Amino acid sequence: MEHYLSLGLRSIFLENMALAYFLGMCSFLACAKKVETAVGLGLAVVFVQTLTVPLNNLLLHHLLAEGALAWLHPALADVDLSFLSFILFIATIAAAVQVVEMAVERFAPELYNSLGVFLPLIAVNCVILGGSLFMQERDYDFSDSVVFGLGSGIGFAVAIIALGAIREKLSYSDVPAGLRGLGITFITTGLMSMAFMVFSGIQL
Amino acid sequence: MSAVLPGKASQPIFGPKERSILLDPVLLNNPIGVQVLGICSALAITTSVAKALVMSAGVMLVGMLASLAVSLVRERTPASIRIIVQLAIIASLVIVFDQLLKATLYELSLELSVFVGLIITNCIVLGRAEGFAMSNPPWHSALDGLGNGLGYAAVLVVVAFLRELLGAGKVLGVTILPLVKDGGWYEPNGMMLLAPSALFIIGLLIWALRTWKPQLQEKA
Repeated sequence: MEHYLSLGLRSIFLENMALAYFLGMCSFLACAKKVETAVGLGLAVVFVQTLTVPLNNLLLHHLLAEGALAWLHPALADVDLSFLSFILFIATIAAAVQVVEMAVERFAPELYNSLGVFLPLIAVNCVILGGSLFMQERDYDFSDSVVFGLGSGIGFAVAIIALGAIREKLSYSDVPAGLRGLGITFITTGLMSMAFMVFSGIQL
Repeated sequence: MSAVLPGKASQPIFGPKERSILLDPVLLNNPIGVQVLGICSALAITTSVAKALVMSAGVMLVGMLASLAVSLVRERTPASIRIIVQLAIIASLVIVFDQLLKATLYELSLELSVFVGLIITNCIVLGRAEGFAMSNPPWHSALDGLGNGLGYAAVLVVVAFLRELLGAGKVLGVTILPLVKDGGWYEPNGMMLLAPSALFIIGLLIWALRTWKPQLQEKA
């Protein structure tokens, strides 16, 4: 239990996908202009991340890992296909996003209206692919990957909602012409990233 | 250049148009500074110049070949599945690059960890494939992919140069500013090796670029 708690908190605060690894920056900067859109994108990321990281974990261990195909034919016992993980991950993510989009549209039209525009964007969001790649690199097992998927999704959502709130306030301030928009957003994100580093002293 | 494409009289292979396709993205229309694309991976690996160079090489290579391949099949790609076709092409190229890297520069490939894989979702590569290569002939698309890769590389190398120099007193592993702890005079700025500094440096670069080229400024 302690292990999962520590993994979860670490993936939310310490190893924040957006602020420590700069993943998903494009949508981070583009969508975080208002709190409302930031919440929509944040929720969509949490949802898709919690789904795809464990899914990719299962596929990795039961299809691509060394010896995973042994059930098919004994001759395949020492086949190692893990170099194909990139293409498998991106295909799973694209397919999962498509299925989720259709399911949400059919069964939860209200949720679809609030998440709708963000779901297709997410298929090419680095946070989602990054989550699966970190899962592979760090050798998470299935339950680890569930916790990590949820935690890293929440971490991204927290960061993007906070940035959205800061930028709403920022629109009233007088920023030098050259820094307006993009420049000041980068500097704000840098300051947020610095603030999040406070958590790195916490030992769990 | 006076070379002429077969069948298309007086169409230079590398004329002014081609030059602007290749060089515009480096400064005037820089994918990072102006279009804010592809910064996801750009920031995380700029702690040393060597890593930035390898990553830039990857993006240039994958960007150029992906644009070329997407452009070659653009008339046979049904519009409804074009994104997945582009992703499949890009992912295959990234796998090749990743395997090459693991075979030749194993140490660096470990340091770059997941970020080589993330070239797949790099908005520059996908953005140029979707936005340019789908509607332009192969030769121009390849130049455009390479040009945008160069623009990415330029920003990456500048940021990495500043971070490695100020953070560790070195460039490409060679000591430039002797550190205090080794008997020199330079007290390294530890923050330069941490995440926030990359964001500050890019923010300041954008400020500089937009002060120099006021037409790029955003309205309040």
